[in-house]
Amino acid sequence: MVSRPFENLVQSGSVSGPPSGGDYALDRGFRYLAWASAALILALVAYIVIEIGSKALPAIAQYGLGFLTSSEWNVQTGQFGILPQIWGTLYSSLLALLLGGLFGIGIGIFLTQDFLPPRLAATFRTIIELLAAIPSVVFGLWGIYVLIPLLRPVANWLHEVAGGIPFFSTSLSGPGLAPAALVLAIMILPTVASISVDALRQIPYKVKEAAYGMGTTRWEAILKVMLPTASSGILAALVLGFGRALGETMALAMLIGNSNQISLSLFAPANTLAALLASSFPEAGPVEIQALMYAALALLTITLIVNAVGLAVMKLATRKFEVER
Amino acid sequence: MSAPDLSLESNLHNLERALDARPSLQRSPLEARALKSGVLTGLTWVAALIAAVPLFSVIYMLFVEGGSRLSWETLTALPPSAFDLGGGFGNAIVGTIVMVGIATLISLPLGILAAVYLAILEPDSRLAHTVRFLAKVLTGFPSILAGVFVYAVMVVTMKTYSALAGGVALAVLMLPTVILAAEQAMAMVPKKMKDAAYGMGCTRTQVILKVVLPTGASGILTGVMLAIAGAAGNSAPLLFTALFSDYYLSSLTEPTASLAILIFNFSGMPYDNQIQLAWAASLVLVLIVLVFNILARLIGRQKY
Amino acid sequence: MNAIPETMAVAPAPARNGAVMDCQLQKVFYGDFLAVRDSNLPLEKNKITGFIGPSGCGKSTVLRSLNRMNDLIPVFRFEGKVTYHGQDIYDAKVDPVVVRRYIGMVFQQPNPFAMSIYDNVAFGLRLNGFKGNLDERVEKALQGAACWNEVKDKLKNSGLSLSGGQQQRLCIARAIATEPDVLLMDEPCSALDPIATRRVEELMVELKEKYTIALVTHNMQQAMRVADTTAFFGVDISQGSRTGYMVEMGPTKKIFEEPEQQLTREYVRGEFS
Repeated sequence: MVSRPFENLVQSGSVSGPPSGGDYALDRGFRYLAWASAALILALVAYIVIEIGSKALPAIAQYGLGFLTSSEWNVQTGQFGILPQIWGTLYSSLLALLLGGLFGIGIGIFLTQDFLPPRLAATFRTIIELLAAIPSVVFGLWGIYVLIPLLRPVANWLHEVAGGIPFFSTSLSGPGLAPAALVLAIMILPTVASISVDALRQIPYKVKEAAYGMGTTRWEAILKVMLPTASSGILAALVLGFGRALGETMALAMLIGNSNQISLSLFAPANTLAALLASSFPEAGPVEIQALMYAALALLTITLIVNAVGLAVMKLATRKFEVER
Repeated sequence: MSAPDLSLESNLHNLERALDARPSLQRSPLEARALKSGVLTGLTWVAALIAAVPLFSVIYMLFVEGGSRLSWETLTALPPSAFDLGGGFGNAIVGTIVMVGIATLISLPLGILAAVYLAILEPDSRLAHTVRFLAKVLTGFPSILAGVFVYAVMVVTMKTYSALAGGVALAVLMLPTVILAAEQAMAMVPKKMKDAAYGMGCTRTQVILKVVLPTGASGILTGVMLAIAGAAGNSAPLLFTALFSDYYLSSLTEPTASLAILIFNFSGMPYDNQIQLAWAASLVLVLIVLVFNILARLIGRQKY
Repeated sequence: MNAIPETMAVAPAPARNGAVMDCQLQKVFYGDFLAVRDSNLPLEKNKITGFIGPSGCGKSTVLRSLNRMNDLIPVFRFEGKVTYHGQDIYDAKVDPVVVRRYIGMVFQQPNPFAMSIYDNVAFGLRLNGFKGNLDERVEKALQGAACWNEVKDKLKNSGLSLSGGQQQRLCIARAIATEPDVLLMDEPCSALDPIATRRVEELMVELKEKYTIALVTHNMQQAMRVADTTAFFGVDISQGSRTGYMVEMGPTKKIFEEPEQQLTREYVRGEFS
């Protein structure tokens, strides 16, 4: 119902009038739609968790927690366990984090602490961001035909010279952990770099002034003032980069060798949860599908936790500055 | 050459010295702190340059290996079988475009509407806080799990792999990007503009449709372009939702080829022809992704 | 929550002589904070009513209560009533959106939309479903706001491309395009330089021929120059928090030359601000 309370009261010439019935209907409908869309996101996430969880239920019932600690993946005997995949996922992601994190933070510093004139810094930032735009399969392809041939002589030399060290205890015959982790490091670098840049940029200019005002060199200011001040933001960058590495699929499926073994060697083939899903799902039978759903649930749980932690740390980091300002 | 000693004695000592001689204001390049600075600066430059190497290497390979194979035939022909020469990936280009199109059609209205709720209607409600958090969590969601989910929900019930399922899987991945970008763009519309619209007697929907969305359009579009770029390059969720096909697609409910899956499949084949095609397809895929990335930047740059 | 029973609220209240609007504000809260109390002021037809007072005295809050702009703030609560042609705009049956269509507003900061000058002015006309000659009304509004000559050759340009003073006059044109009966102006010159301020003041004096205007200003000279009636607001700190209230209201000349209240006298003499 449209009320027209003031219609007769205004002077002639005015075009003021209440919104039409259509306007009101549109208003109500649109707001309802917006609410429904927001609620749908909630429902979608719940649906994803429930759907994957319920499809995994038979496997959970059958294998229990032993699934997480068993190393056997045998379709013939119906034995399934994902310990090697969990190991491979964590190991490759940690290696990637070590490298990608170091370089990412380095680039964060490089781009924010006046190493480059602003225009060049912007260009360089674009280059790093473009790295994030290269699709995972393309990195996989590049890994197979560029990185592995490049790494193999180095890896095999290391194996010969220092084979006693567990990290070099095997030779690199083709796909393996090292190329996979390297590509993974390249892929998470933009994430770490861009969140670090934001964290360092957030520092009020007066903090930098204060440091320089005390007579620090640039690096003393960076190491003793800027990095500690941005520490929680950088920690968030690392955690979110780690989360990204855990779920990365295609490049790993192409480079890691898909071998269900647990080894410390950087040159041994390994497997990850995501790669297992990618390589086994398309041809899996009903029993294996259930086991794969269980594996998917494990991956979902790990990444959700890591990402939630990362976001919480990031929130803490921004809140810190809100108080300080 | 020792590190500067900050103890009291040495400070007193310095003070005494300072009384009979003015301190030097010049920095010796061999002083420890200068050396340390120099080394660290050098390392940072090296790290930055090394980080840029993979990108240029990838681009170089794409143009050398992929560019040489690019022709009208590769862009339009169907994939070759094992021992054949020639062939192309026309069907994969079409499949990619169709599935990204489906994903955009689904995620765009849903994402923008949800963002309207988050940015304008009830920014501080519990639902808004939850959805915002979930959207952020979803941006770090492993893309393969979107595939697993859609497989369970659509492929199993429809009993076939399909372009539709692939599109839905990509939509799941695009949604959070669209929501967060659109929310940010709308929240950046100055409050005084919204006040002006309310002051003229706009309903909330009229404020949103007539003022907030047009004003924030470039920001929203930037987010959409980035989401499309991401979806076009994403392959993991298509593995077992769209699968692959050696033919042009004739309906949305049949297995469908995509560039990413073609690259994945061909990369492991022992035939030079297929590997060349994988490089060429990579070049095309990267170009598609880059076009949307550049569009995003161009749109984002123009200010009202 | 409206304390007044509906039946009473709907019946036309006895408006004071020639008053288009009559504000009988009892209490305004933001959450638990009592921001303004006891302010009764009628707005007379074709007059400019100036609201003056020290900062924090609630004069803007009162102005924004007159077209229910404050309803956009979730914790805002109004007790009392505001009649417009005898009808209470805070009546439960009244939609604030409708109120704002009849009672236009010009804001402190010039706030044109990110669209062309023409579309800015036509915005309200289109919003109200105006079917007549749009070009004519746009020109008329821009002439009314004394900026037609400056913008007539660039109507397609963005409203944001204009200078601050031009933007504010564009906003006035936008507000008067629909000829809304009452204009509320919330420190419309505070973001403008002296020359632009003078132009807007001249414009206000022209506009009162047609409209009823309420003007909040922090500038006493401005009130003296343009307002017919002036309401002085003070701050009551006796309850431990800062609550604004109307101290006195009268013809501008009287308020500035021989006010009844001591507080007003001190304020207009510049003894505090």
